[in-house]
Amino acid sequence: MYPRSFHYHRAGSLNEAVTMLSQLGDGAKLLAGGQSLIPLLKLRFASPEHLVDLNFIPGTSFFKEDAGTLRLGAMTRHAEIEDSPLARKIPLLHDCAAGIADVQVRNRGTIGGSLAEADPSGDWANALITLDTTVHCLGSKGVRSIALSEFIKDAYTTALAHDELVTEVSVKIPPKGSGGAYLAFKRTAPVYPTASTAVQLTMDGETCKDAAISLGCVGLTSIRATEAESSLRGHRLDDKAIASASEAARVAADPQPDMRGSADYKRALVAALVKKAIGIAVRRARGEQIEGSHLYA
Amino acid sequence: MPETATIEKVAIKMTINGKSYAREIEPRMLLVEFLREECDLTGTHVGCDTTYCGACTILMNGLAVKSCTTFAVQADGSEITTVEGLENDGQLHPIQKAFGDSYGLQCGYCTPGLMLSTWQLLKKNPEPEEKEIRKAIAGNTCRCTGYMNIFKAIQLAGRNMKGA
Repeated sequence: MYPRSFHYHRAGSLNEAVTMLSQLGDGAKLLAGGQSLIPLLKLRFASPEHLVDLNFIPGTSFFKEDAGTLRLGAMTRHAEIEDSPLARKIPLLHDCAAGIADVQVRNRGTIGGSLAEADPSGDWANALITLDTTVHCLGSKGVRSIALSEFIKDAYTTALAHDELVTEVSVKIPPKGSGGAYLAFKRTAPVYPTASTAVQLTMDGETCKDAAISLGCVGLTSIRATEAESSLRGHRLDDKAIASASEAARVAADPQPDMRGSADYKRALVAALVKKAIGIAVRRARGEQIEGSHLYA
Repeated sequence: MPETATIEKVAIKMTINGKSYAREIEPRMLLVEFLREECDLTGTHVGCDTTYCGACTILMNGLAVKSCTTFAVQADGSEITTVEGLENDGQLHPIQKAFGDSYGLQCGYCTPGLMLSTWQLLKKNPEPEEKEIRKAIAGNTCRCTGYMNIFKAIQLAGRNMKGA
């Protein structure tokens, strides 16, 4: 399958990419890892007149720790995040990176591309929304930093202006006593998940001090399960509290029936994923090492 | 919408299996088509053409990549290995030999892609457990074997490469 013809522009710097977007106008799109964009182009769901390639810009792929914050260059590939010991500082981040699609896709796909695409079934936005995450952008009007919750506006829609791009993603390392997990349920590795959840809990002994729970693939953007969070916050995390959080997540989900399952099935799946993710998050908050990854049917 | 005739071709160069290739191509040409049509390296297969099956897997700078989901222009300047690059002077690569010896294939359509995913896995980890193999080849679909002999082939290849 061939995409429609397009003009190809190779940017040598981020500033040059912004200038190209400004000059080429609405018919121009950015090409990062291409693992979502190229399939869309081949199916001709998108047919941009111009593609601006970001892959040859030096210095856009990095992963480093800086004063309690993990900083990731927009072109950092999922596999680079998965393989970095730094990802272990936030286990939820490692869960997400290590479970996206398959090895080949993780070798190409980028964190900046995933966030800027804002696919309702994408993994990164749903995972990072439970953490203190900021998206750093560069446009013709200069630089700005946007909280991830403000960055994702709707399905496939972000706060980015046409001539603006993501340069970096920064994630604050949660305090000691905090633990999280990201779980996605997939029929096979290469497909989008049927449903996913991210849970980040901050514990004070047996009591939950703070909770962030988000649900993916079951709405136009990831859904913050605020009722589920409240049923944990300030409570001892016994079976009853976890069951009520799981039930609240089931109610909060707003899934569409499709070839991956009925709406009821997806709600039930969300409830089970949240329950399992809370269990892993609590144990990680205590300092246990748990290998978590995506679940397969 | 630009007419094909008005699209500027792009000059690219890459090293494939140790040999240098330079061509002028349309930007929309996928890497798998470049390998098959421009370079006559037809060992890399087109299976699903939708980023699912992994039959088109090649190595780009040592990393397994789905060549149906990469534009050839993106591979400009890179080192590519296809299945044709595994053998050395008529000698099968230990991975190729192990797939044969373990009956890790039937129709063979998925095999080139599987062997290159195997190459990336064994480079990092010559003695993978079954769980690690499953994760490493999760992006490669085989509709014949049921995978069990493929797991055996990968473990055998790892042992042979370590001993070599």
